[in-house]
Amino acid sequence: MDNSKIGHHISVQFDKDLEDIRNKVLTMGGLVERQIELAVEAFTTGDMEMAELVIKQDNQVDAMEMAIDMECTQIMALRQPTAFDLRLLISVIKIIHEIERIGDKAERIAEMAIRLAGNESGFPYYELEHMAELVKGMLHDALDSFARIAIENVATITEKDNNVDREYDNILRQLITRMMEDPRNITRTLDVLWTVRALERIGDHACYICEHLVYMVKGEDVRHLTQHELEEKVKM
Amino acid sequence: MTAQEVRTHAIDMNSFINNRLNSEELDEICIKVENLNLFYADKQALHNINMDIPKKKVTAYIGPSGCGKSTLLRCINRMNDLVDNVTIEGKILLDNENIFDKSVNVAALRRRVGMVFQKPNPFPKSIFENVAYGLRIQGINDKRILAETVENALRGAALWDEMKDRLNDNALGISGGQQQRLVIARAIAIEPEVLLLDEPASALDPISTLKIEELINELKEKYTIVIVTHNMQQAARVSDYTAFMYLGDLIEMGTTSELFTNPRKKQTEDYITGRYG
Repeated sequence: MDNSKIGHHISVQFDKDLEDIRNKVLTMGGLVERQIELAVEAFTTGDMEMAELVIKQDNQVDAMEMAIDMECTQIMALRQPTAFDLRLLISVIKIIHEIERIGDKAERIAEMAIRLAGNESGFPYYELEHMAELVKGMLHDALDSFARIAIENVATITEKDNNVDREYDNILRQLITRMMEDPRNITRTLDVLWTVRALERIGDHACYICEHLVYMVKGEDVRHLTQHELEEKVKM
Repeated sequence: MTAQEVRTHAIDMNSFINNRLNSEELDEICIKVENLNLFYADKQALHNINMDIPKKKVTAYIGPSGCGKSTLLRCINRMNDLVDNVTIEGKILLDNENIFDKSVNVAALRRRVGMVFQKPNPFPKSIFENVAYGLRIQGINDKRILAETVENALRGAALWDEMKDRLNDNALGISGGQQQRLVIARAIAIEPEVLLLDEPASALDPISTLKIEELINELKEKYTIVIVTHNMQQAARVSDYTAFMYLGDLIEMGTTSELFTNPRKKQTEDYITGRYG
């Protein structure tokens, strides 16, 4: 783990404050990873209790975001950080917002699980599960890069989002077919669709985390670029 | 609302995106330092300094104690000539004229390049006479011209309203912050081109400091300003360009916004973020 970027301040307390913020971001990220896992499990197994737990725990995610936000603001006011320290705090504020949004998606999936519970949707979930694995992996890798303050994996992570989008399109096509086959399926199929859509958005947010990470490490704003442009910028 | 109306109310994106980091416009250069080496006896205090100081902008020198920033500042109006055993190699061009040239009249140079020091040093005279001093030694004694110049200089130093009713009071009786602004008024009374400020606010309280900073911001409309400061946040607030010096070397110089958000050199980063080298 590369601590050299965070540590070595003349003020040891400043080192501790930044380290503390990083740990909190990782704790929050870990919780949200778990939230996705539980939500998808609740969805595929119809476990209502699990789904309710996920919804309840989203409060924790929200509270964590606000707490980290406040800590960042305080450090900025007290220490007037510059250069990497400043970029770290700015990026953390943005990254935790993405994580919080991902948490909302997990909550959404849990809500759909409750709505579908007891109703056999008749839809095979293995594709959805595969997609969930993909986006969970993306989030995990993004958080891992944040923990190491390293961006060499960023392009690989954002590249995976293309696969996610392709799978999303595939599932979408199947769901539309189901709805056309029998209009009585529409409500249930839409609930599945919202879930797949939530997974697809989690992939997007993982990519945004990567973009903030590049700014944090290199001071380079890489939002709104194509995959190719991003690869070039990261390599530079 | 019609599309036409929407278009006429369109946001001017050029003014919206105030990208100070990658400003393409090149500022006119006022002072050019070329291959400057300075020795105090055998000890080299400045190593081959090259830098361009833009006109009517604020350039700040930052760096740890003893890095040569004050020495470099003092070269610009040849204050180092007064120090024994100093050898200077290289050039400093002020409007394309080497100030170390034998033909240069040092007194005339110092009229063009004014200086303000860390501790306010008003003369033990009245406030009026302090500001008028520069004109008097130039032989200007016309009462009207003196009164006008003193008023303008005091206004320029944001001191007129506070001082207009007590111009004949002794300058040593006013507060430190006022004294420092008085000294700045004295420096600008003779209308220099360049103002050198050596830690102008380090002996002042926070409010006086802010007043000096605000003043610097106003003064750059008319003068090229070079400031040495230990206070990095101050450099960040008041300057357009910042130069980071370390052990007599110029490590990095760039626009202040870039230097403080994304410095190119690790040494600069370590210094401005408060880390061990």
